[in-house]
This record gives sequence, structure tokens and C-alpha cells, in this order.
Amino acid sequence: MKIHEYQAKDIFKRYGIPVQPGEVAESAEEAKNIAQRIGGPVMVKAQVHVGGRGKAGGIKYAKSPDDAYQYAQDILGMEIKGIPVKKVLITEAADISSEAYIGVIVDRKSKRPVVMVSPAGGIDIEEVAKKTPEKIFKLEVDPLLGLQTFQARDLGVKLYPEFKTAMKAADVIKKLYSAFMENDCSLAEINPFITTPDGEVWALDAKINIDDSGLPRHPEIEDLRDKGAEDPSELQAREADLSFVKLDGNIGCIVNGAGLAMATMDLVKHFGQEPANFLDIGGSSSPEKVLNAMRIILKDPNVKAVLFNIFGGITRCDDVANGIVQAVKELKPTVPIVVRLTGTNEDEARKILEEVNLTATSSMVDVVKKAIELSKG
Amino acid sequence: MSILVDKNTRVVVQGITGRDGSFHARQMKLYGTKIVAGVTPGKGGESVDGIPVFNSVKEAVEKEKANTSVIYVPAKFAVDAIYEATDAGVKLIVCISEGVPANDMLKVYNYLKNTETRMVGPNSPGVITPEVSKVGIMPGHIHKKGNVGVVSRSGTLTYEVVYHLTSNDLGQSTCIGIGGDQIIGTNFIDCLSMFEKDPQTKAVVLIGEIGGTDEEEAAQFIKKNMKKPVVAFVAGRTAPPGKRMGHAGAIISGGSGTAKEKIEAFGKAKIKVASTPAEVATLIINELNKLKRKSTKKREKKPDVKKVKKVVRNKASAKSKKTKKTRKRR
Repeated sequence: MKIHEYQAKDIFKRYGIPVQPGEVAESAEEAKNIAQRIGGPVMVKAQVHVGGRGKAGGIKYAKSPDDAYQYAQDILGMEIKGIPVKKVLITEAADISSEAYIGVIVDRKSKRPVVMVSPAGGIDIEEVAKKTPEKIFKLEVDPLLGLQTFQARDLGVKLYPEFKTAMKAADVIKKLYSAFMENDCSLAEINPFITTPDGEVWALDAKINIDDSGLPRHPEIEDLRDKGAEDPSELQAREADLSFVKLDGNIGCIVNGAGLAMATMDLVKHFGQEPANFLDIGGSSSPEKVLNAMRIILKDPNVKAVLFNIFGGITRCDDVANGIVQAVKELKPTVPIVVRLTGTNEDEARKILEEVNLTATSSMVDVVKKAIELSKG
Repeated sequence: MSILVDKNTRVVVQGITGRDGSFHARQMKLYGTKIVAGVTPGKGGESVDGIPVFNSVKEAVEKEKANTSVIYVPAKFAVDAIYEATDAGVKLIVCISEGVPANDMLKVYNYLKNTETRMVGPNSPGVITPEVSKVGIMPGHIHKKGNVGVVSRSGTLTYEVVYHLTSNDLGQSTCIGIGGDQIIGTNFIDCLSMFEKDPQTKAVVLIGEIGGTDEEEAAQFIKKNMKKPVVAFVAGRTAPPGKRMGHAGAIISGGSGTAKEKIEAFGKAKIKVASTPAEVATLIINELNKLKRKSTKKREKKPDVKKVKKVVRNKASAKSKKTKKTRKRR
């Protein structure tokens, strides 16, 4: 799960990472009031879950509260990479003398948390990695020991030649590591981490992604979820405990298991069409889940056919079939439905489907071909 | 022979009194797995389908000589269950639980590295050596004993591939679901090197998916270290970047971890990649036929070199005649 900059900064503050005073606004009027309270020049920053806000014009420097009003109005109306901006963060503007990067990630390769720092901050770190990899310093941390003070110090020294500043950075690196581990982050990033002419350091930006598997033990972070920033169908799917990703094709896919769901989408493409979605109904799938899955998929006007691909193991084919029958009766779909069932209670399932005049095939290739053929009307 | 599980595998089921644990304990037992104990703290002394339940894994190991643990407990208890099984000294842990936080797994992985215990998973469908022992949740009946090793990051997709293998009379030595999470205890390379050493395994199927670089590393490993043929399948060619596709580990992040990169890596290592699950079986048949042709040639040459051992020569030539016949028929 992604959270916004202002939310990530709240977490930073709890860990003692220096962030500038600021507040979030949903209207230009509010933005002006906040700017007045802060006093002096402020930054007006769009709060959206995409990178490249600055380039898109989503970050502005406002000299006065009136400027803040104007910029907030502009930014609150705009879309960044297709996502409408609904909130802006108003923070004190800083005098920047240098920009660095500090980040912590889960590294799948080394199977350790990795701390990365770079004196080349303020730009996309992947860009730095590509063009000037020598400017990135990485440290694989032993998660059982945690980040040691000397390790943080070594990294701080990589960022700043002046020892006092390096120590300030080291302190922030340690705190960021703690925030990362304790909040189940998959990414925690400060870019840029800045120094000012009078020797202060600030986390000017904050980015935190949370591991979905860690969310159940952080209800306070779950509460930060910006439901307005999500695709409504994906939101609905999550509430129904379905794993769902919206795509742009015409073939709706309902599958049990993530790998098989991906393979089904790939097969749709293999035979020349595009899938409308990824949807995994999960292992122990009740008829209710199938009904919810159908509700979500049938809402998409692009969908010209719905295909079920069920390989029964723990998932019982008769459960799925009951769900399909219920869905056909309740939702009265106007697009064709094709079904592939194999495995646990397959024969019972076929009998159940007869009620709504559906016949199930047992081959994945056949069901995909049939769905494509019927989708063409 | 097989890998990881065999007839000596003695299983303790952690979470045996739960809904999933009790159901699958029964299924595994019916399949023929030696389920020797169950563990649910606080329910020691009870039994499930005649399987004794203990309060701790240690007791199960001491009293029933369990050497393998399979974990069905809810995600929030899984890490503790893993440490408990490790501490009790089981050789293999198969963790079925889904939703274990990655940062916990970072610790678990680095802890287990310094012990004698191997873990498969989490978020794994389990490990099966067909017709011998099943430790997990996969449907047993689709499997068949044979010579093809299967290693996969997925559950139902593996069943799909196994179904095609079995339908084509290609039995399996061992099938391992290594799990769909980002940080897992046993990776492709671990399994590939075990399969390479296993005399029963003649060819290997590797089923990968988007996310991470395990497939790329596997491709390098196969090229450098394996003589046995490997056929790959990669799911997620149509997956968009930045979206988690069900599995916690199935995500293209920062533009890396795409199916395209993985397929190219296999291509560079001269590993055949199937474009559909059904095609995996076809490609395995081709690879096994190539092997047969090679070994027939070798056998035909051998008798000439060792003329002294008459009996052996006769046997060998008789065998090679047989192979010739079958080839003609095809």
C-alpha cells in the first residue's frame, strides 16, 4: 500500500527525522490559511501516488499566502499521470545547499534490508543507478542485528565530507531504518535529503510503501489508505477479499490461484485478445465470492465475455458452479459466459451448471478460444 | 530416490486442530504420508483422526520422531511456528501459511541460514513425491510417479502443468511449490541443484512468474551447472507494472521483474520456454527423446569397448534393439 508524503512525514516525525512544519489542504482557501500560519514563503505540493510530480507542475514555490492560494487552486484542479489531485501539502520553503538520497528497501536478491545513500539526490534514484552507479552506496544489513551505529556513520561519511553533517545524516539513516522495520515498510525513502546554508538537515520529501502482509498489525496505517486514489472496482474487490487488478481488454477472467490467473490472461493474449482484468478468487472460494467477482467484472463496459478457469484442489468446483448459477440469476449478464472446470467435485459442478444452460469444458485452451470467439459477437 | 520428501518423511502438522490443518492432515494421511503428530498449543493429549496432538513441536519430535513440519497456522502465528520447528530440530519445514510479512521473513531467512533446517515457503502449496509422500495442499490424484522434477512459484498453475505431464504419461519425481512471496526459504537454484543430483530425476520443469530476478539467476545456474534438461514457463506476460498480481512476490517494480526479461534470460541460456502450460509437456517429451537418442548411441558404442564382459554386452545390445524397435514404431 502506498501512503502520501504528508502521512509518511507524520511517521518520520514520530521517529525524530527532521521534517519541516506543514499541513495538508483540500481547498485553496485552506492552503492560504496554512501559508499564513507558517509565515514566509511556502511550497505547495500535490499529494498523489505517482512519481514525477515536480515535472508535471505539481510542486510550486509560493512567496506569499496569496500565491499559495493561486497555486493550490491550479494544482487541486489538475491531473498527474491521469490521477486527479485532491490534496496539497503546504510546507515551509527551505534554502537548499545540497541534495542527497537516503532509502531503505527489501532486497529480494540478498534477502536482507538494504540501505542506499547517494550524494546525487533530488532526482529519480533509478536514473542515478543507470547513469552514475558509482554515486550510489549500498549496505546490506543483517536483519537479526539491525543497523549498527558504525554502519550508519560510514554511510553518513559517504554523503558529506564535513563530519558534523555526516553525523546528522547518520542519525537520520538509523531512524529511517527503525521506521522501515517497525512499520512493515517495503520502501522508505527520503529524496531529497537536504542541507541548508546554516547547517541544518531536512527530509524534504518522504515516500513510504507498506507491505500489504504487514497491514493487519498496523491498523493505524490501514486508516491512512486514500480510498479516493484507488480504482473503484479494485476497492470493491478488496472489500470482497478478492485479488483483482483492472486492465483494458475485453475478456473478463475469473480464476482460482494467482499463477493460473496470470497464465490465463497470457493465453488470452496468446490467441490475439486482451484480458480485462486479473482476478483470483482464492483457495477456499465460496459461492458468495464468485457472485462478487461477477458483480465487479460485469460493471466494466469493455467486457465482452467472461471466462472462468477453475482447477479444483481445495477450491471445490461445485462451490464455484453454485456461485455462477446464482450470479446468472441475480445479475442477468448480457455477455456470454464460458466455463472451464476440472478437479474436485467436477461432475457435480457440471450438473449444477445445467440449470442455467452452461456447459463446462475441461481444457484451458478451449475455454480461452471460445471466450474470444464469443466476444466478437 | 526423490528430493526433500520420501518414505522416511515423518510429518508433524502445526495447527492440526484448525480448519485447514485438520482437513489437510486427513488428506495427506489418506495419500499415504506418514503423519506422526500434530501440534496445537493447549490441545496436547487430544487426537485428530488418530493422529496424536502435542503442545509443542519438541514433544512431537521427541515422542514421534517427526523430522518434517508442515505449517497451517494463520499468518500472524506463522513466524513463531517456524522458529519453534527449527528449535525442535526438524530437517524440513513446509510453510503453507499466506500473508507472512516480508520484514519478518528477512529475519527468518537469515536465522535459518545458520541452522540445519530447510524451509520451503511461506505461501507454498507444499512438496509431493508422488505415490510416496505428500506434504502440503496439492490434489494428490493428478500426480504420478516418474522422472520429471517440478519446481514452481505457484499453486494452481503447477497443478495445471502437472495435469498435462501426467496426461502425457510423464510422471514426476518430486514437485515443489517454493511459494509466491518475495522472501522465501528455498529458491529455484536450491531445488535445481537437488534435482541435478537426484538419480530419479531425468528432466526438470521450472514454473516462474513476474517479480524479482530468481528466474534470471536460475537461468545462469542451469547454463553453468546442469546437465539435465530444463523446460521453463513464465506467467505474467500481460501483467502491468507496479501492480501486485495476487502473490506478494508477483510485482514488476521499477521496470524490472518482467516476464519478457525472464524469458529472454532463459533464451540466452538455451533453455526452452513453453508458451502455454500444455506445451510444457510437449517440450519435456522432446527433451527426453533427445536424451534417449543420446543414451542409445552410447549403449551401442559401449559393447565394442568392453568386449571382455560378454554377459553385459549381450544385455546391452538386447536393450538397444528394443529401443530401436520402439523408435521405428513412432
